[in-house]
Amino acid sequence: MKDVLESIESQFEMFQVLDENGEVVNKDWMPDLSDDDLKELMRRMVYTRVLDQRSIALNRQGRLGFYAPTAGQEASQLGSHYALEEDDFILPAYRDVPQLIWHGLPLYQAFLFSRGHFHGNQFPEGVNGLSPQIIIGAQITQAAGVGLGLKKRGNKAVAVTYTGDGGTSQGDFYEGVNFAGAYGAQTIFFVQNNQFAISVPVEKQTNAKTLAQKGVAAGVESYLVDGMDVFAVYAATKKARERALNGEGPSLIETMTYRYGPHTMAGDDPTRYRTEDMTNEWEKRDPIVRLRKFLEGKDLWSEDEENKVIEDAKEDIKKAIKEADDYPKQKVTDLIDIMHDELPNNLQEQMEEYKEKESK
Amino acid sequence: MAQKTMIQAITDAMYHELKNDENVLVFGEDVGQNGGVFRATEGLQDEFGEDRVFDTPLAESGIGGLSLGLALQGFRPVPEIQFIGFTYEAMDAINGQIARMRYRSGDSKSAPITIRTPFGGGVHTPELHADSLEGLIAQQPGIRVVVPSTPYDAKGLLISSIRNNDPVFFMEHMKLYRSFRAEVPDEDYTVDLDKADIKQEGKDVTLIAYGAMVHTALKAAEELEKDNIEAEVIDLRTISPVDMETIVESVKKTNRVVMIQEAQRQAGVAAHVISEIQERAILHLEAPVLRVTAPDTVYPFSQAEEVWLPTHKDVIDRVNEVINF
Repeated sequence: MKDVLESIESQFEMFQVLDENGEVVNKDWMPDLSDDDLKELMRRMVYTRVLDQRSIALNRQGRLGFYAPTAGQEASQLGSHYALEEDDFILPAYRDVPQLIWHGLPLYQAFLFSRGHFHGNQFPEGVNGLSPQIIIGAQITQAAGVGLGLKKRGNKAVAVTYTGDGGTSQGDFYEGVNFAGAYGAQTIFFVQNNQFAISVPVEKQTNAKTLAQKGVAAGVESYLVDGMDVFAVYAATKKARERALNGEGPSLIETMTYRYGPHTMAGDDPTRYRTEDMTNEWEKRDPIVRLRKFLEGKDLWSEDEENKVIEDAKEDIKKAIKEADDYPKQKVTDLIDIMHDELPNNLQEQMEEYKEKESK
Repeated sequence: MAQKTMIQAITDAMYHELKNDENVLVFGEDVGQNGGVFRATEGLQDEFGEDRVFDTPLAESGIGGLSLGLALQGFRPVPEIQFIGFTYEAMDAINGQIARMRYRSGDSKSAPITIRTPFGGGVHTPELHADSLEGLIAQQPGIRVVVPSTPYDAKGLLISSIRNNDPVFFMEHMKLYRSFRAEVPDEDYTVDLDKADIKQEGKDVTLIAYGAMVHTALKAAEELEKDNIEAEVIDLRTISPVDMETIVESVKKTNRVVMIQEAQRQAGVAAHVISEIQERAILHLEAPVLRVTAPDTVYPFSQAEEVWLPTHKDVIDRVNEVINF
């Protein structure tokens, strides 16, 4: 049994393309990205880092509600997203708002989601995805369904879902990956292993040495990827996507990453469960620093360009918060109205009751 | 027209809908080649292919998630949960996800899913097969709960449920599957959701029931007639939402009510129905509304079903209490 474990674990060496110094260490897997693509990736990562900083500040000012910090996970979130197409369907977890934004969800709606307003979840036509899932694991079984649906329709698109390291302990995680495997669903499962599920380190979730190897239980092709390396994440996603569209079934991708901030802004204090040394160590692997070094080496990035992105992001955020402020407040009649296609009799009665109240 | 059992009427409904709408998908544990553990899906895979009617891995939560994912791609899933007790495995999928889809997306997405599941006592099933769990789903906003009691209603209600653009939890009483035959039209037809049905008219007391208890109520009514008590029997059919209009009309006429359910007293929907009656029609009541229910224990070991399940004699006792109040 020990031999079996060792042999399985040896299959999951971490896949890396760009090292901490911004050097390409795996030329065969260096994705074919144009200079414009490379700059766009950098722009999105910097923009998203600013979005995180501003979101934390706005949350502290009481101008945002629920917020799960993303700093550190830019390569994992945006590198994977960059390999997707518009038709691909995203089933995010609560931390995966950036992918939705870059998939087309207007920023002010992402802010309305944070505040708790239904309009935040009314995705514009053509933005394929669900609002962030709060029940950890539910998105995994649903992604199997979306991936099977795409296959049945003959659509050249994939379902993409994200969970964290803690989420791999859920029954729904196993069920979802297993269903997708059994049906050859066009689904990509991401496990963003940011080392902690709130305060619980990944070692307390499982004795498995990698999370990628959990795909073995479902017979699903799985990869362990450096989640601080945007090229590795992009390359793995691209390959998983091609496999899905070629009818080769789902993939599971574990991205080894880290969140610099707290779990959420609802009172979590990460100094209670992890050391400053640990965070410093991960900061050395920062995905943005790494890509910046790479781009500077190719003369594709400058401080001015970066500052411009930062200023643009701040400006967009300011506008979006204003737009969120201006959006009409929710009424009970609005909430009743979005419950059903045809209102059942109890809600018809309550609609009348609240219309009356609201008219006063 | 043909004489059909309830299970045949249910198969018929799925047949029509698979034929009428290519988005309809039927799936679950053993529903494919096997035709279902009760033969409810017999012949459907042969007729419509494995792409439309298929087996799933053995995981109810996975089936729930699969349904919602397929719905998000424009399909109209009709999943089966093999026995109602296994619904606990899928509670998040049903109450936490499917029922909330339209609302949480601000009406930009929907979940036109009909979850079929057998339930109900009297056939000596093993543990967690026969429990009446309708109360759990009925408390969740966003999903309808439908319980037919006749072959005719079963077919019409199932077609309506499948065509409805919101989720329906469709409960099929195992004892009613093959206990009798009745006329069922061959063509597709619908029976309105959210509407109760007066199965027998009467002027002295209203008996409200659903599922197998409709037949228990009808049997009680037959006995009561010998004592010159004319009972009106209302079959709720949809138990969430409850059709209070039909109930209140009946109460105005009879002024006395007994509410009958197979579920335990602390479960089911009887308490809800009674609250609504007292809010809407207390001035028409000559007596308190009484309940016939099972006792508040775990569902009985199969040999104890006979002493545990409510019977028509229990109904007659309660009717006499409200008449002589």
